[in-house]
Amino acid sequence: MDCKIVGNGSADIIHEIEKLKLDKKEIENRISKLEAQLKADEAVQMKANQACSSYDSILDGHAVSSNGLTPGMIYRYSRHLLLPDFGVEGQINLAKSSILVVGAGGLGSPVVLYLASCGIGCIGIVDSDIVELNNLHRQIIHPEAYVGHAKVKSAAAACRAINSSINLVEHNQALQASNALDIVSKYDIVVDATDNLPSRYMISDCCVVMNKPLISGAALGLEGQLTVYHHKGGPCYRCLFPTPPPTAACQRCSDSGVLGVVPGVIGCLQALEAIKVASGIGETLSGRMLIFDALSSRIRIVKLRGRSLQCFACGDHADFTQQSFQSFDYEGFTQSPMSDKARPKLSLISDSARITSREYKDLIDRQEPHILVDVRPAHHFKITAIPESINIPLSALEDQISLVDSYLKEVAKDSGKSASLYVVCRRGNDSQRAVDFLSKNGFPLAKDIIGGLESWAQDVDPSFPIY
Amino acid sequence: MQLTLEFGGGLDLLCQSVKIHHVDVTPNVENGKLTLRDLLSWVRTSLIKERPEMFMKGDSVRPGILVLVNDCDWELCGGHDTELEEKDVVVFISTLHGG
Ligand SMILES: [Zn+2]
Repeated sequence: MDCKIVGNGSADIIHEIEKLKLDKKEIENRISKLEAQLKADEAVQMKANQACSSYDSILDGHAVSSNGLTPGMIYRYSRHLLLPDFGVEGQINLAKSSILVVGAGGLGSPVVLYLASCGIGCIGIVDSDIVELNNLHRQIIHPEAYVGHAKVKSAAAACRAINSSINLVEHNQALQASNALDIVSKYDIVVDATDNLPSRYMISDCCVVMNKPLISGAALGLEGQLTVYHHKGGPCYRCLFPTPPPTAACQRCSDSGVLGVVPGVIGCLQALEAIKVASGIGETLSGRMLIFDALSSRIRIVKLRGRSLQCFACGDHADFTQQSFQSFDYEGFTQSPMSDKARPKLSLISDSARITSREYKDLIDRQEPHILVDVRPAHHFKITAIPESINIPLSALEDQISLVDSYLKEVAKDSGKSASLYVVCRRGNDSQRAVDFLSKNGFPLAKDIIGGLESWAQDVDPSFPIY
Repeated sequence: MQLTLEFGGGLDLLCQSVKIHHVDVTPNVENGKLTLRDLLSWVRTSLIKERPEMFMKGDSVRPGILVLVNDCDWELCGGHDTELEEKDVVVFISTLHGG
């Protein structure tokens, strides 16, 4: 008996040792993989910290013709060289220039692709976002395989696949007043392909204090706008817009939608303007603005005011230095956040007038007589909705308040009990506004669902579509 | 006075989602003239159907709106005092920030 136990015991021990050895090997593998990754990241970081010395590294020891181009460059860019207005000189200017693209999204995608293809010597890409599936309809640089990965990594990989001869610098961080001087200083030209107001003021100011031309594009819905700021004596963003607009006028693609090709069109035109500034050909949009209306296929080019002598940033008596730039509070100035993720949560009504999505699910299960009013716009309601909910958009609530009463009465009649009133929206902000209005207009017991349909999808029904 | 007014960058939402308006605006009775200042108050009362604060601030347009007369920034042609002429095209455009 004892012997058998010992025998079994040593077999167990041997088995245990083998298992631990395997584990050890696996851990060692993981360590060396992580070390390699760390090294690679450090190399990328080091490159990001260096100035963008483009031309010499492109040549990289290749024999150069008397015109300054290598045979490989002559073949690759031959269709550029054949343009009489562009030619060898234009191409060498591109190879010698460095461009920073801020934002690798809908605008930045075509910008970066074209700048890489056309042989800009050094391209920096700055963005802190990761690729999400609902980006791909417009952010054409990113493939499905990169969903969940950093946008700069995805964009740089796409550029490398197109043109391995140029320098690409990955700035996997958000551009902010604290790091912008450092990053922008390494480039000749800046492209604003961001999606928010504080970044637009910040990038324009940075380009003024660092004296860099800025190619600025924007797109929303079915419209786009494009101009060149702080170039050859032209105006900066603040010359045009000394005071920021009210926050209610600042729409985002994640709220208002955008037709994918619209930022694509504007991004292509931004790439064109950047190429013109870099190569020194043609007449840029400095002092003019291109306005694109996709729905009516109309492009309007308007003449803008010149540089303002009173401009806070670039005016003759402006006292705006690198130091004042770094300490300027852009989010405070514009009253809006740089990141879409940092969306402020409204807190308008008391907690007693709110329930969680789980509590709402419980009262459905208890078959509590009630109605659920969904106050999103009608075209949102068509995307997805909680079954049995009634759509009365917030903007129509005042006119249609009698509907609420009749729906409540109907449910009360059918159930023989009084019916309660719940309100839902996409994220739980408009529902509060609705409850606030309802409580002051004859429905004091109205409650809203905290976090809206997003929390319903997250906490109650994982199969509920989010958008 | 026959004018064409265009609203862009989302401002069309304030006037029943119509972008282009062909309008007939009566000039000042005293001098027979029509300035941009006059036109702004006419637009405010005749075209803007909701959220007027999204269009006006005080007696001017709110920050973030460009006013263009015949494709030219109103700052270049006299601002509020710009005198309009028959068949002028006036564009009101809200700056976009998305991307
Ligand atoms: Zn300025």
